[in-house]
Amino acid sequence: MATDSDLIRAMQAGLPLCPEPYAEIAARLDIDELELHRRVNQLMSTGTIRRIGLVPNHYKIGYRFNAMTVWALNDEDVDEVGELFGRQTSVSHCYKRPTYPPSWPYNLFAMVHGRTLDEVNQKVESLKGLVGERCKSTEVLFSEKILKKTGLRLNSGRTENA
Amino acid sequence: MKSELSDTVVDLTDLEKLVINSLQGSFPVCAHPFAVAAAELDLDEATLIATIEDLQTRGIITRFGPLFDIQKAGGDFCLCAISTPVDQWESTAEHLNAMPEVAHNYLRNHQYNLWFVLATEKEEQIWSTIKQIEQDTGYPVLALPKEQEYFIGLHLEV
Repeated sequence: MATDSDLIRAMQAGLPLCPEPYAEIAARLDIDELELHRRVNQLMSTGTIRRIGLVPNHYKIGYRFNAMTVWALNDEDVDEVGELFGRQTSVSHCYKRPTYPPSWPYNLFAMVHGRTLDEVNQKVESLKGLVGERCKSTEVLFSEKILKKTGLRLNSGRTENA
Repeated sequence: MKSELSDTVVDLTDLEKLVINSLQGSFPVCAHPFAVAAAELDLDEATLIATIEDLQTRGIITRFGPLFDIQKAGGDFCLCAISTPVDQWESTAEHLNAMPEVAHNYLRNHQYNLWFVLATEKEEQIWSTIKQIEQDTGYPVLALPKEQEYFIGLHLEV
């Protein structure tokens, strides 16, 4: 019986680009194709699969400016501001993370993407307007280079032997 | 440093734009998913498959398939940062990129200049990997696991 981890390993490099990709994955897992459909739908309903589709290289499609905005907020404000930022269409990811004061005081992270520097700066300004005085300090970190992007993977050998 | 992904913006055809805009989320789960997705876009199956293949070969899309929430899948991941002297990031980046646990790695314009994501199957492996990186590189690692997720859902329109 294929486990969820087996399914994930079989599909994490992507779906084969052929007319019947799920049949090919099912054959690799030695399960019935309809069983694979059922399991994939189940993984989607639990959120283990977030979505199925393509992932663009945002640089190449024109989104050259990718800003990680970080915000130092009081603990009691983080959830409210996080939810507020998460509702903005300009924000693609929004997380609370631990702090290491004084060198790293920022507990809220929000990613903003844009085609031009102006576009990103405008989006950041509007976030600043929303957070107002609750923000003690903020920084914007632009990415200068993608050095590696393989997608998040379960790596097999080492883990199974551990 | 040679990066597998160049940052040159490419010109896209209308067909490529259509495919990129339409297929970031809801690829069907059925016997002939490319045929179904193609029909919705008024394309034929072979054209859709060939377009995706070409976009992938040219590095315009980095992958095609299911996107997993690895934490729900029983794995774990952790955003980390390292601060290297400005002229010494390349050797550290090369070291990090060679590690299978490093899923993403970005150079950013900050004192903490290398930002990378570790992905492992078990939480304790995150911490052993961080320790290993600190030993190998000599730099302390800022470990920033997510404590709460408020939103994730990137859709990039071209």
